[in-house]
Amino acid sequence: MRCLWESHRRGILVTLGLIGLLVLFAIASPRTFLNPRIYRSFLSTIPVTAILALGMTLLVVVGEMDLSFPSVCAAAAYVFAKAFLATGSGAVSFVLAIASGAIMGWINGLIVVSIGVPSIIATIGTQFFWRGLILLLSDGIALSLASVRGTDIYSLFVGRMAGEIPVQSLWCLAIALGLALLLNRHPFGDSLLFIGDNRKTAAMMGIPVAKVRIKAFILMGVLSAFAGVLATLELANWWPTQGEGYMLLVFASVFVGGTSAYGGEGTIYGTLIGAIIIGIIEAGIVSAGLAGFWTRLVHGLIIVVSVSIYATMARRPQDR
Amino acid sequence: MEAMVEMKGIGKSFGSVEALKQVDFQLNPGEVVALLGDNGAGKSTLIKILSGFHSADRGSMAIKGREIDFKAYDVTVARSLGVETVYQERSLGERQPLWRNVFIGRHRLNRWGLIDVKREKMETMELLSSVLGLRGAGLSPDASVETLSGGERQGLAIGRAMHFGADIIVLDEPTTALALSEVGKVLSFIGSIREDGRSCIVISHDLGHVYKVADRFVLMDRGSTVGDYRKGDITPEELMARMIGLNGEVKP
Ligand SMILES: Nc1ncnc2c1ncn2[C@@H]1O[C@H](COP(=O)(O)OP(=O)(O)O)[C@@H](O)[C@H]1O
Ligand SMILES: [Mg+2]
Repeated sequence: MRCLWESHRRGILVTLGLIGLLVLFAIASPRTFLNPRIYRSFLSTIPVTAILALGMTLLVVVGEMDLSFPSVCAAAAYVFAKAFLATGSGAVSFVLAIASGAIMGWINGLIVVSIGVPSIIATIGTQFFWRGLILLLSDGIALSLASVRGTDIYSLFVGRMAGEIPVQSLWCLAIALGLALLLNRHPFGDSLLFIGDNRKTAAMMGIPVAKVRIKAFILMGVLSAFAGVLATLELANWWPTQGEGYMLLVFASVFVGGTSAYGGEGTIYGTLIGAIIIGIIEAGIVSAGLAGFWTRLVHGLIIVVSVSIYATMARRPQDR
Repeated sequence: MEAMVEMKGIGKSFGSVEALKQVDFQLNPGEVVALLGDNGAGKSTLIKILSGFHSADRGSMAIKGREIDFKAYDVTVARSLGVETVYQERSLGERQPLWRNVFIGRHRLNRWGLIDVKREKMETMELLSSVLGLRGAGLSPDASVETLSGGERQGLAIGRAMHFGADIIVLDEPTTALALSEVGKVLSFIGSIREDGRSCIVISHDLGHVYKVADRFVLMDRGSTVGDYRKGDITPEELMARMIGLNGEVKP
């Protein structure tokens, strides 16, 4: 028991946090939170930010950041929408969108790793660049994808299982499971941990540091593209400012989940629960009768409080 | 007998800094060689070439009789030839658990290509109790490196090298920044390398620490080797005088 607490205390804490929040909301607005409808809605909206946060967790573990993902989401979804309108093939459009995400991630990786620009700066640059490019290409006009409803790709990614459960939530779970294995049980994840811990040590111990860092950016690009496609499919619509609201939600999910901002450690489970916490707050606040403006304040409060709790728990020596 | 390591005419520059001018170096089987010299003499650079972290600009190197092509030589190749280095800078991931540190870069994989965590933790336990003794037996493979003392960290890194069958073990300043009691531990780790019949290079700028454990002393100064003495051929006082002579720049 004691041992379980020692090794999983962050995971246990964040889970208790989620349960507490659900109880609080259920007491404050039982009509909303004791009705399955709200959960069906959560299961269709949270996967998008959760998938982004899962990818970001790996980048934070390896000691990097990606601020370009909102634009990568939108740009890859634009590729998807354009290709779908031109070819009518969901599979072709999907492959093109994912490939474009991989290329955008790879470009981030090259700028950061090969040229040596700090990732925060590099990805602010690419964030503006890709957003600017799609605004230019699209003339700032949304694309309606009404014809995608009912196609195979639609049912595969955003259909409803048993008429109830949004399929994207299962994709999100599968990705979380895959990334948890990758991080904790695969040599690639081990390399991420050591590079994030101490890049020089990792290099001296024979880890191909540059390759691993670039791959982490590519993975983030691919996951961003997938999240963008999910968001576009769910609404059967692409719009040029897509993804712009995700930035805060994604980083909040990662850090509320208990991943260290110092790199070298991180938790996929924590990020998943963090994304759920962040995802249910707005609905909880609005249905409790408060103005939507409260959302930001509460998000901010939750981030500060959770990160402070983790910092206290870690009790690192001051010299670090 | 064939030399474990044979380096000839090794040169290496970093930009305008000529770290190594023309270095010859040899390591024989079962031998503990102390590489001595002041800070900046080029000791770390020389062993980083041996361990595949840097490649030499000039010269040739053979490991157990095998000529090395520097273009196709890196840390992984060096390890596969039995060369393992415990660097002066940290060679452990501070925040990672002990078992990950033991297997970094060469994990035991199961048939799905995933890390066999159970097996690695078991091997780590054995390693801890055999290298660190009682203290090691009381440690968990899940403990992080932060919980080890300086000497124990060196011990873990040395034990890791031996665990993977390295027979050319290089220690870069293993006793620097250690308390005196910890120095004793590290020296006994070095002793166990020799008892195992493996070869070892110990870098130091403190002769007092390594005189007891070394068989041969190689002196370096400003990018060149300037002396090579067997233990029987020179007294510690003479050796010390040579080193001080170098520092005072009154070379013979
Ligand atoms: N990576 C590097 N880049 C530039 N200069 C270096 C590098 N490594 C070592 N040097 C220089 O090479 C010389 C020898 O250094 P080093 O081999 O570390 O000496 P030692 O280990 O004997 O103290 C020093 O002048 C040092 O500044
Ligand atoms: Mg040195």
